[in-house]
Formats: sequence, C-alpha cells, structure tokens
Amino acid sequence: MTPHALWTAFYTILSREIRRFTRIWAQTLLPPAVTMTLYFVIFGNLIGSRIGQMGGFDYMQFIVPGLIMMAVITSSYANVVSSFFSMKFQHNIEELLVSPVPNWVILTGYVCGGMARGLGIGVIVTLVSLAFTHLEFHNILMVVITVILTSALFALGGFINAMLATKFDDISIVPTFILTPLTYLGGVFYSIDLLPDFWRGVSMINPILYMVNGFRYGILGVSDVNPFVSLGMILLFIVVLAAVALNLLRRGKGIRN
Amino acid sequence: MAYALEIQGLTKTYGDGFQALKGIDLKVAKGDFFALLGPNGAGKSTTLGVVSSLVNKSAGQVRVFGHDLDTELSAAKLNLGVVPQEFNFNQFEKVLDIVTTQAGYYGIPLKQALISAEKYLKQLGLWDKRNTPSRTLSGGMKRRLMIARALVHEPRLLILDEPTAGVDIELRRSMWTFLQEMNRNGTTIILTTHYLEEAEALCRNIAIIDHGQILRNTSKRELLQQLSVETFVLDLAGGHQQLPQLDGYVRRFDKDGALEVDVQKGSGLNQVFVQLQQQGIEVDSMRTKANRLEELFVRMVEANADNSDNDPKAQL
Repeated sequence: MTPHALWTAFYTILSREIRRFTRIWAQTLLPPAVTMTLYFVIFGNLIGSRIGQMGGFDYMQFIVPGLIMMAVITSSYANVVSSFFSMKFQHNIEELLVSPVPNWVILTGYVCGGMARGLGIGVIVTLVSLAFTHLEFHNILMVVITVILTSALFALGGFINAMLATKFDDISIVPTFILTPLTYLGGVFYSIDLLPDFWRGVSMINPILYMVNGFRYGILGVSDVNPFVSLGMILLFIVVLAAVALNLLRRGKGIRN
Repeated sequence: MAYALEIQGLTKTYGDGFQALKGIDLKVAKGDFFALLGPNGAGKSTTLGVVSSLVNKSAGQVRVFGHDLDTELSAAKLNLGVVPQEFNFNQFEKVLDIVTTQAGYYGIPLKQALISAEKYLKQLGLWDKRNTPSRTLSGGMKRRLMIARALVHEPRLLILDEPTAGVDIELRRSMWTFLQEMNRNGTTIILTTHYLEEAEALCRNIAIIDHGQILRNTSKRELLQQLSVETFVLDLAGGHQQLPQLDGYVRRFDKDGALEVDVQKGSGLNQVFVQLQQQGIEVDSMRTKANRLEELFVRMVEANADNSDNDPKAQL
C-alpha cells in the first residue's frame, strides 16, 4: 500500500472509533464526568477540607491531577478493549483481516482511537475540576507529554486484553482486579511520603504511580518521583506492550483460526 | 496460462490434531466461474479461509494473481474480495458506513469510496437502505450488503462462501444474474454452495472436496458426461395405478404419481414413447429430474466415504 493508502486506512479506523464512542456518549463520555464530580465533591470538598494540606497544596488541588489521570487511564483502556473485543465477538474483525491493512496500522488506529477518548475525557474532567478549584500549570509540556503517553500505554493494554479475551468476563477482569487497585494505590489520593518505608518501596513498583506523579509535577510542580524517570518508565512500558501487541497480531492470536 | 488462484500442497492441521486439509492442489483460471463443492466439514471454508487470510495454513503455497500470500500478502489481498458464510458486519452501523469503511481499509479515499459504494448498492438494490442500521435489514439484504462490501475495492477475484444460503428463489435468481454479469465483465468468481443447481447453472469448472482432499477438479461439462444414466419424469394423461410395461428401462412412480424412467446415456427416448403408445398411454408433459450434478456429487461423496481408507481418486 502507498503511504497515502496507509494514511487513509489509519484514518478510517480512527474515525470509526471516534464515531463509535461519540454515538454512545451517554455510556462513554458522561459517566466519567459524573463520577469525577462526585469525587471532587466528597473527597475534595467534604473530606478534603478536614484533611488540610498535602504536599504543600490544598487537598482538592492535590488530588485533581490524579483524578484526571485516573479518568484518562480508565477511558483509554476501556475504549480499546470493548471496541476490539466486540469486533472479535461479532466477527467484523474479519473486515480488517481480509484487507491489506498492515498490523502496525491496525494497532496504531485502535490505540489512537483509545487515546482520543482518553484525552477527551481528560479535558472534560479538567473542565469539571475548574468548578471546584483553581489550577495553574507548572509545566504544560510535561502535562501534555505525560497524558498523551499514558493514554497510549493504556490503550495498548486494552488492545492486548481484547486480543487475549475469549469471553466478555475476560475484558472486565483486568480493569476490576488490576487496573483499579493499581490506580487507587498509585498516589491519586495521597503522597507516598505518608507511607511506612516498606509500603513506599512496594508503591515504587506500581507503574501508575509514575504516571500520576509525572502529571502532578506538570500541574503542581511537586512529585514523589523524578518526573523524567516517570517519562522513561512510561516509554519503556509502551515499547514493551507495543511489541507484545504486534506479536499477537502477527500470530493472529484469538482472531485467526 | 495465468491463474487467478493457485494452491499447492495446502495443509491445515488444527491444534487438536484434526487435519482439515490434506495437501490440496487447485488452480482457478483468470475469468473463470468456479465452484468448490463438498459436504459439511469437507474443507471448503477452511480452504477459502486460508486464501482470505482468516485461517493460518500449516503448509503449502497460495498465490492470488501470482502474488504469494507468504511474501506479497498486501498485493494478494488487494486483488481479493470475500463474501463469508456468516454475517460479519457491525450490526449497529449503517449500510453506507459499512461499505465505505471497508473501502477505507483498502486505502480508498472517502470521496472515491462513496462513488463505488453508490454503484454497488444501487446494483444490488440497497441504495434506498443506505442510511439504515444493518441489523434491521432482511436476511437477503444482509447477503447483498456483504457482496457490495466485498466489491467496493473492485477486486479481480471474488470469493463467495454460500452466498445464497437462506435466500428465497426469486432473490437467488437475481443474485445469479448479478454474479454472471460480474463474471462477464472480467471478475473471476469462486463460490461454495449447497445448492448444486446453483453450481450447475453458474459455473464452468468445478472441484469436489471431501475429507480435506480434492476428489475431482474438472469442467462441469466433463463432470456431467460421467453420468451414465439420466432420469426423466413423465406426467401421464388420465392417471395410472399400475406401472406401464417398459422393456429395457427401470421405472417407478414418484410421490406425486408421475412416472420416472431411467434412460442409459445415448440410448434415446424413442423406445419409451413407442412402448407407451402401444399400451395406449398418453404423455402430457416431460422433464429431466433435477438435478444432474447433485446425483453425481452424492455418488462421488458416498464412494469416498465407503473407501475412505483408500485413495479417493481411484474410486471415481
């Protein structure tokens, strides 16, 4: 295929993904906005006002970056895992398999589709947070890079989950039993400085901690870990997951007989 | 000779050890209208699945218009359109979106895709339904949608796996006309079907597959010449309770009371009419018993089943 044809194929996948999640906006775009509003009201306002400061900021300001990141992670992952698994389930993945689209274009198209939803949700949640607190961006470039790479990473995770899943239960296991606990324990609601040494050490092997803190550094200028180490970790995970996803596609795992 | 499809030594063994294809060799000439026939589980869909990249092969070579699937997959796929057996489009998408999205996967820009989609949706009588969610279409419309989708990138080889399954006879005939027109315009067509009258009406060449092996690959004409006996159905005037005397012919009444007569190839029907006339029996109408290909097909598959331990080709 020519570069122009490859671009058309990529754009077709991406626009189809965007069309899908905007068509069902009440299931995809609205719930995170509602959930995050509740977090802001309950944790930020009601409980946060009694907690006082954390990391030198109001508790509400402290948790906003983590909550935005949590919404981005969940949405990026959910978009790809549900869309790609539905295509497998309905067999319309065959439309792609019989076509000449290379595997890397398929992967890029789906990942960018997941990123589009994740970043869209990130913007929505950020706008909602402005109703509750004042945000100043310490390093806007760091914010943008961290959120883009994080959404790409979790879109890749969702893709791999969808490739390996054989039934609908399989696409909810990872978000429920792995993603959610890691996110809650990734420093969204607290600084790991509050933890005893042992648990602080354990937290350091949680990849989401690096993403939340990288993002928090971009907004507030404070972080539990070096922000450049955060970026390095995210990039490393992206390379590994992309290699795994491409290998699964090459083998046709779960999509070819 | 240039071939639209060349298959050499194709084997497929599934993870549980089941060998679905046992070294298939098959060639389909450019411009052919070709039927791949076989009973359920014979290996038809597996063969077409490998050609269309939906099934990973275990061994062998497949070339589409000279492009090897192992080394020139993209070029091979550009020449190929596939209409699968099961409905496999997104049930929530609109008809036009399904067709133009497929065009996009082939790198065709939207403007051009819309022109091509309009052409085929109109030809297949679906243009009025272009903004309808596909799940609301009738079964026949869904089949036609899959044909439009497969043609939107103008493939030179069209593969149809049971294209008229569950379609009423009127629609089936109109689909035959459409496919014949496509074939006349240069598209090579390969189809599998359980309606052997369909293969007899449409195809020039036929391969019969069973237990993962090609039993026969030849022209329809040559295949039908193998039939040594042809059965004629005669509607007798006035109705008869007793079988007429017909020396030299096997005869019987069918369930509707018409007289069936088996006639050896080349022996003619004159003697049948002479003997009936001598007995004062008049014939209102006459037809051949459908369908010749079906008879031959059943005979071949049964022979293969009876001799599955031996070389199947030796049984024909």
